[in-house]
Amino acid sequence: MFESLSDKLKRTLKNLRGEGVLTKEHVDAALREIRLALLEADVNYKVAKDFIASVKEKAEGQQVWLELKPSEQVVKIVFDELVELLGGQSSRLVFTRTIPNVVMIVGLQGSGKTTSTGKIARWLAQNQDRKPLLLSTDVYRPAAREQLKVIARATGQSIFEKPETNDPLELTRAALQHAKDVGYDTLLIDTAGRLHIDDELMEELVSIKSETHPVEILFVADAMTGQDAVRSAEEFHKRIGITGVVLTKMDGDARGGAALSIKQVIGQPVKFVGVGEKYDALEPFYPDRVAQRILGMGDVLSLIEEVQSKVDQDEAESQLKKLQRNQFTLDDFRSQLRQVKKLGSFSKILKLLPDQLLGGVGMPDLTDEQTELMEKELRRTEAIIDSMTGEERVNHLILNANRRRRIARGSGTTVAQVNSLIKQYTEMRRMMQGMFSGGGLRGKMMRRMAGMPGLEGDGGDAMMGGMAGSPAGLPGSSRKKKKKRRR
Amino acid sequence: MAFWRRKKDEFISLGLSRAASERAPETQTGTETGIEPQPAMVARVEPAEAAREGPAPSPWQTSVLGLDLSIEQLQAREAALEQELSARFRRAVAATRESLSEKIDTVFAGAKKIDAELLDELEEALIAADIGVPTTMHVLETVRRGISRKEIDDVEKLKAAIKAELLSILHASEQGGVASETSVPENIAPYVMMIVGVNGVGKTTTIGKLAQRIKAEGNDVLICAADTFRAAASDQLAIWAERTGVPLIQQKQGTDPAAVLFDSLKAAKARGSDVLIVDTAGRLHNKSNLMAELEKMKRVAGREVEGAPHETLLVVDAVTGQNGLEQARQFLKVAGVTGIVLTKLDGTAKGGIAVAIAKELGLPIRYAGIGEQVDDLVVFDPEQYVNSLFN
Repeated sequence: MFESLSDKLKRTLKNLRGEGVLTKEHVDAALREIRLALLEADVNYKVAKDFIASVKEKAEGQQVWLELKPSEQVVKIVFDELVELLGGQSSRLVFTRTIPNVVMIVGLQGSGKTTSTGKIARWLAQNQDRKPLLLSTDVYRPAAREQLKVIARATGQSIFEKPETNDPLELTRAALQHAKDVGYDTLLIDTAGRLHIDDELMEELVSIKSETHPVEILFVADAMTGQDAVRSAEEFHKRIGITGVVLTKMDGDARGGAALSIKQVIGQPVKFVGVGEKYDALEPFYPDRVAQRILGMGDVLSLIEEVQSKVDQDEAESQLKKLQRNQFTLDDFRSQLRQVKKLGSFSKILKLLPDQLLGGVGMPDLTDEQTELMEKELRRTEAIIDSMTGEERVNHLILNANRRRRIARGSGTTVAQVNSLIKQYTEMRRMMQGMFSGGGLRGKMMRRMAGMPGLEGDGGDAMMGGMAGSPAGLPGSSRKKKKKRRR
Repeated sequence: MAFWRRKKDEFISLGLSRAASERAPETQTGTETGIEPQPAMVARVEPAEAAREGPAPSPWQTSVLGLDLSIEQLQAREAALEQELSARFRRAVAATRESLSEKIDTVFAGAKKIDAELLDELEEALIAADIGVPTTMHVLETVRRGISRKEIDDVEKLKAAIKAELLSILHASEQGGVASETSVPENIAPYVMMIVGVNGVGKTTTIGKLAQRIKAEGNDVLICAADTFRAAASDQLAIWAERTGVPLIQQKQGTDPAAVLFDSLKAAKARGSDVLIVDTAGRLHNKSNLMAELEKMKRVAGREVEGAPHETLLVVDAVTGQNGLEQARQFLKVAGVTGIVLTKLDGTAKGGIAVAIAKELGLPIRYAGIGEQVDDLVVFDPEQYVNSLFN
């Protein structure tokens, strides 16, 4: 299976951990490994070289090799260095009081400009209280303007259209005027994608820029881009001056070394990350999180945030109350399963959890088939509950053999599977009871989650045990947030 | 040679007949069916003649258009055509040459003897072309062996050795027994081609060009717009279909792509189309549900037409980095990819990842996209590609 940069670094640093005292040779070997890992992650070779040099310098400057726990320090140095390389801290779009503020979206063909434009408009409207107007000046690619129109409609944003014009500059001027007249405070311009060696296009971008004086010029880059990322970013930056980067297709398994390279070469931060085809799949970029992920520390913060935005808060609250009163029904159990499903694939969730939570065995052990199996199990559980009557769902005690047989038939499962689900459900109830009665919710939840690797076992039972554990975590995490807010 | 010869028995293909007819408008007759029966008879004799006359027959067969010309004239025209194509290919790859070869030349410049430092710099140059660490190591390993055996003792020989190694990787992948139109019996129609790839690599554009190309070679082409996901994808395809004059089967956004495919297969059979090109939605290879959808489409195709899809082309953007290998691996697993189309080769990124794919997975590069015009899709030529990298 595919080995990610974080796996590679982990393995390398594990080797480092094994040593009592580190010799210079060991360090050099480790750094060589890191360099190769970076190269395989599509980090530009020059950037990788600089990175290695600077880690080495810092490490040696701190005399880390003679310290008691050198591995920890190496991890820290590599991590800090990665964070620095990735952009220090996250930043949002900065607007002025002019009306409208113009944001230009530029990039190579196929990098995802049009989709990103729609996502950013939606994001700005929701998170920064902006009233955006969309404009496509891509008069070259067939149906490009049509695409933005469809996206605008889907996201409920306004779009400026003038189909009779095929002149980008004229379109820009008209849209600018329209925005002023109607009072849109932000004009998002989706520009044509070309190769960066295309002078004509660059000229066009320059003239749009001088016409609109944009507050932001966002360069859209595909996370899968290879060594050429640096060259195109450099060229765009030189010609029109980029103020930020949008990294798309981060939901793929590309290691995204391009992000590091681009940041390094143009010195502008990555502002957004595209993580899916849906229009809400846009996240602010947090360099520390990405660096953490690279180093196998997991991305707990992202996960928690994701859980919170997707899980219905009220429902979680009411479930929590029911739980406390021991009224957690199979109906509630099912709605929790559905919420887990909303989060996306299981593998995605697991990947976001730090190693420690998974009992230190890490993710690579979970193969595609295993994840698939787990997801299948999740679907089966839902089917079983679906096959119950309302009465049964509220009161599982009435489930006698006859009813169980019917449910098994209805859901295409066996009685044994129905039994195991019910057993699980009762166990879960008991466990949750325990959580609330005697303190330390968090500790117990952690322990429960640490049991998750058990799911990789052979039987469906072990797997279901883990299943029950994860929905249990949901109300827990939203509660945690509440606590934080109160403080 | 990845040439379109499905109708070779009744209609000799000219490769890119469009380009030729542009240059020789006086012989332009197009591909009307009315003239088909007659050329069919004559054409069958012609290849033999050509083979007798020409010591090295060009990959481009002559067409019926040139029956009034002598063999010499025909060959001259073919040569001109070939030259034009290779010139365009070369131009497209020129930027690579500037990036890679310049780099390699800088490496070689001043270096009269081969040492570890030179090899290190060479490694960097190859990695900078996205060829990837393992493939780079493999190439350098071969070179190192040659050096230690004293077979490589100067810079020129080193250059030649690297060239030969890259070429052998590309050639080896071509032997991989890939699907091509010639392997499918004539009585099976339509010949189904599925075009797959991740988002934004240029699938739709490739299909437009491919349709143009196959149609120009005398085939009845039908396009299936099974990208029902991306906003306005089928509008984009419709524009291409109009440009090339190829009919298109489409449904509204959000329809099950397998259903669109099913309809298209039925339509292709009813119309007696020779070739059905299937556009699919761009999908990241790690999304199991979307990949399963592709599998379903494959099943549907296979149920309607024996052995379909006969050819599945993975479109890879030349700027793609090492993730391209994983893309190819997953698409190969799920969709049974038979070849690669390397697009956007006219930029500065040179698609070294295709070399890595060829080496690791044995998938040949069938076509290369070298521009935005409708005929900017050429058969990938390994020799030219490698030569362009090294001058």
